[in-house]
Amino acid sequence: MQTATPIIEFAHVNKWYGQFHVLRDIDLSVARGERIVICGPSGSGKSTLIRCINRLEEHQEGVLRVDGVELTDDLKAIEAIRRQVGMVFQQFNLFPHLTVLENLTLAPMWVGRIPKREADERAMQQLVRVKIAEQAAKYPLQLSGGQQQRVAIARALCLTPKIMLFDEPTSALDPEMIKEVLDVMIELANQGITMLCVTHEMGFARSVADRVIFMDQGQIVEQNTPAEFFGNPKSERTRDFLSKILAH
Amino acid sequence: MAAPSKHFRWSWRSASFRSLVYQIVAVLLVVAAGWYLVHNTLQNMRVRGIQSGFDFLLQPAGFAISESLFEFDSAETYARAFLIGLSNTLRVAIVGIVLATILGALVGIGRLSKNFLLRSLCGVYVETFRNVPLLLQLFIWYFVLTEFLPPIDEALQPLPHVFFSKNGLQYPIPFWAMGHVWLALGALVGCVGAWGWARFARRRFEATGRALPVFVPGLAFLVVGGVLGWLAGGAPSALDLPERTEITVVGGGAVTPEFLTVLIGLTLYTASYIAEIVRGGIQAVAFGQHEAAAALGLSRTQEVRLVLLPQALRVIIPPITSQYLNLTKNSSLAVAVGYPELVSISTTTLNQTGRAIEAISLVMLCYLTLSLLTAAIMNWYNRRSAIRER
Amino acid sequence: MSAVGEVFQLIPPRAPPVATEGVLPWLRRNLFSDLWNTLGTLLVLALLATYLPPLFEWAAWNAVARPDNAACRALEHTGACWGVVGEKYRLILFGRYPYAEQWRPLVATALMIALLAASCYRPFWKRWLIALWIVVLAVFFVLMFGGAFGLTFVETARWGGLPLTIMLSTLGLVTAFPLSVLVALGRRSRMPGIRTLCVLYVELIRGVPLISVLFMASFMFPLFMPAGMTIDVLLRVQVGISLFSAAYLAEVVRGGLQALPRGQVEAAQSLGLSYWQTTRKVVLPQALRLVVPAIMNTFIGTFKDTSLVTIVSLYDLTGALQLALGDSDWRKFFLEGQLFVAAIYFVCCFAMSRYSRWIERHLNTGTRRN
Repeated sequence: MQTATPIIEFAHVNKWYGQFHVLRDIDLSVARGERIVICGPSGSGKSTLIRCINRLEEHQEGVLRVDGVELTDDLKAIEAIRRQVGMVFQQFNLFPHLTVLENLTLAPMWVGRIPKREADERAMQQLVRVKIAEQAAKYPLQLSGGQQQRVAIARALCLTPKIMLFDEPTSALDPEMIKEVLDVMIELANQGITMLCVTHEMGFARSVADRVIFMDQGQIVEQNTPAEFFGNPKSERTRDFLSKILAH
Repeated sequence: MAAPSKHFRWSWRSASFRSLVYQIVAVLLVVAAGWYLVHNTLQNMRVRGIQSGFDFLLQPAGFAISESLFEFDSAETYARAFLIGLSNTLRVAIVGIVLATILGALVGIGRLSKNFLLRSLCGVYVETFRNVPLLLQLFIWYFVLTEFLPPIDEALQPLPHVFFSKNGLQYPIPFWAMGHVWLALGALVGCVGAWGWARFARRRFEATGRALPVFVPGLAFLVVGGVLGWLAGGAPSALDLPERTEITVVGGGAVTPEFLTVLIGLTLYTASYIAEIVRGGIQAVAFGQHEAAAALGLSRTQEVRLVLLPQALRVIIPPITSQYLNLTKNSSLAVAVGYPELVSISTTTLNQTGRAIEAISLVMLCYLTLSLLTAAIMNWYNRRSAIRER
Repeated sequence: MSAVGEVFQLIPPRAPPVATEGVLPWLRRNLFSDLWNTLGTLLVLALLATYLPPLFEWAAWNAVARPDNAACRALEHTGACWGVVGEKYRLILFGRYPYAEQWRPLVATALMIALLAASCYRPFWKRWLIALWIVVLAVFFVLMFGGAFGLTFVETARWGGLPLTIMLSTLGLVTAFPLSVLVALGRRSRMPGIRTLCVLYVELIRGVPLISVLFMASFMFPLFMPAGMTIDVLLRVQVGISLFSAAYLAEVVRGGLQALPRGQVEAAQSLGLSYWQTTRKVVLPQALRLVVPAIMNTFIGTFKDTSLVTIVSLYDLTGALQLALGDSDWRKFFLEGQLFVAAIYFVCCFAMSRYSRWIERHLNTGTRRN
């Protein structure tokens, strides 16, 4: 699974929101095809970390490289990277004024410059992949939360990204819909795509992740394989956090 | 099997009986009040010798109208006077709506600018014009335009052949010739051409993924079409130019200071409301939409065009339509500065003929029709564009 | 910092490398962040530099503040003549009220303003506030009318200026509000007769300009009354303003009623409350709270709309201004007078809109989780 150059590289990355030091000296290497789960208490900077990868947030210090390209203010570089990185949000953020199919074909047509027919075909393939092809003509607000999130995943996949980022994808869903979304994510994971997932779903972490990272107060506190992480947590804070998460 | 019909019980304890009683009582009260008012009115009119009926509309008006798009002298009928009043109302309303929308949109967007000075300036504009009554604003503009401008023999000349004075604005207009009809036809053909190009560009985009420019070629079509039509019509270029003489300025088209007052006052006032509506509409689009568009790699222009604008417009258009209606209704304040729009002419008629009820009813009918028309259009738009939910 | 399996070390927080607080960073962010921003700033600064100094010169530097007609005329519009305010302020503020008795409208207006200010203050929202309203309104009318307690009678035709504006708007809104609630409830009623009546009322009034309603009140109302009975012009106009405001308020209240979740009514019904109990105790308190900003906007609109009574020859603040500057000596300085009156309106309306924002925040603390 380990290849020569990591696909994502954080080197001494620091970020501030005003005076608040939200990411402290992050050093992280993600290999191609690696699947990472990031967990931690709220406010620990986990969402900020992955949002730096597609430049939805800017870091002030340190070097962040994605697929060999360093992330700076260079707009061309940012656009190129966003084509390689797909993101799924907690609030789905589907475009309510477009049908499901139009949501999926928007970026391929306007960013990828792909003809409509080809874009439609690709979109239908992705909809089949997330098992929601029959809803193609519906509008997002006509679907349930779980269905909307699956459409959001399909939308991100339409650009055939090398990296998929998930920002608490199941946190806004009713319990009975979490499984359908996790199933899609598990299948994606098994197909070899690089994934970074911020989530509280520890079952998912145990079954799919190559590495689990625990963040607290802007730092990476501990990272390990799932077996070691859940079985033998090294830090006191990790143990504390796990006891709260796994209690129920 | 169909549901069994409800039994209607003649008892105070039945909800349907009670509601029937309430409604009958309410309607009876209203009808009784109405009858009482009508009875009094007829009696009063008999006593005072006031005639009624709409026949006065066909009588000669006996007053002049200071400005209008059409010919009018005092021998024309009251009916024609009313129509001219209506045309004056629509004239100032339509120009006002266009200008107010442009200004309001710019100020609304300016309120969201990153630049602190621009934001503050727009904010000052909105707060100033929203918190002062429109009537007072009209009085102020009228005073400024009639007091601070020079008299016509010393008129300002901001552009060649454009004169600005106490007597209004005078500007060059072309002498009407057949060639202008050809120009309009040519522009129309140009429009069709632009529309055709837009469709072709879209088809091309869907087929190959390459986006062709639409705005500039469309504009080119319009301009070229107009120019070709103009040439075909004999290229009429005679302009009626206002020229300064010893005591006055002759020639050209003109708008009176009354028209300018109403136009400027209405535009600035309504634009401040439109600015707030535009700002609210843009802010109503959830920030997550911007993030999703950015994450997908859409450029800022693409994001505004494909994601922001469609959603913002849905929030903006219903209240803006109300503002358009308000602007039209507010044009009735022009009676205070002497612009001869509908209310002003109906007041003169009322004073001359004593037919208060007929005159006021006619005016109310006109405005009601405009309101209902606008409401119908807005309902159609809302139904068509509503974001479909469960 | 920590590779796989390593034990973690705490990193203390640091200050950011590029300052984000302070004047310079603020300037950079808000005025000079990129090329367009900088150009915009320069453009605005250039505009201000061109137009502000002459304005300042006119309004302050060259201005004459004494009510000296000769000095004002000598200015020839190079400076403002604020003396016109000093000369005419009593006419502007109190209209044609007899000069010697002008302390009465002054006291009456001051009382009304104090009452309105007190009503804004939340701790005063008790039952005795209603009694206070009744008392102050009674005192207001006694002072303005006179004819008792040794005060000379002053007919309504001579009322004018600020007291008239405040009276028309306050009474207009106080009477419009209950009517609007009833009409809004009627519009949502399931009885088609009542619903139609309410819809007709609202759509008819909202479809025509206020001027038409005022004209109807002044010209047509006398015809509606039985022969010999005359109703005071001021009363007619007040009724017209109330009916007009009630129609707009009814739409606002209806919006609030629609926004209320249906579960509220169902819960109340399942507890056994009657229609009127549900409406009074459950529906209205919540629905009104939802539309406070829109209600305040209508209030501000009505306050501004009272200026239209000028057109039916009632001399409110705007009308009194027209009256005051009919004087040919001072006519040239109309603008300064108009700006004075505009400033009064601006202060009142601006204060109301600020209050509206405050009350919206204040009332919603119960519905937000801290």
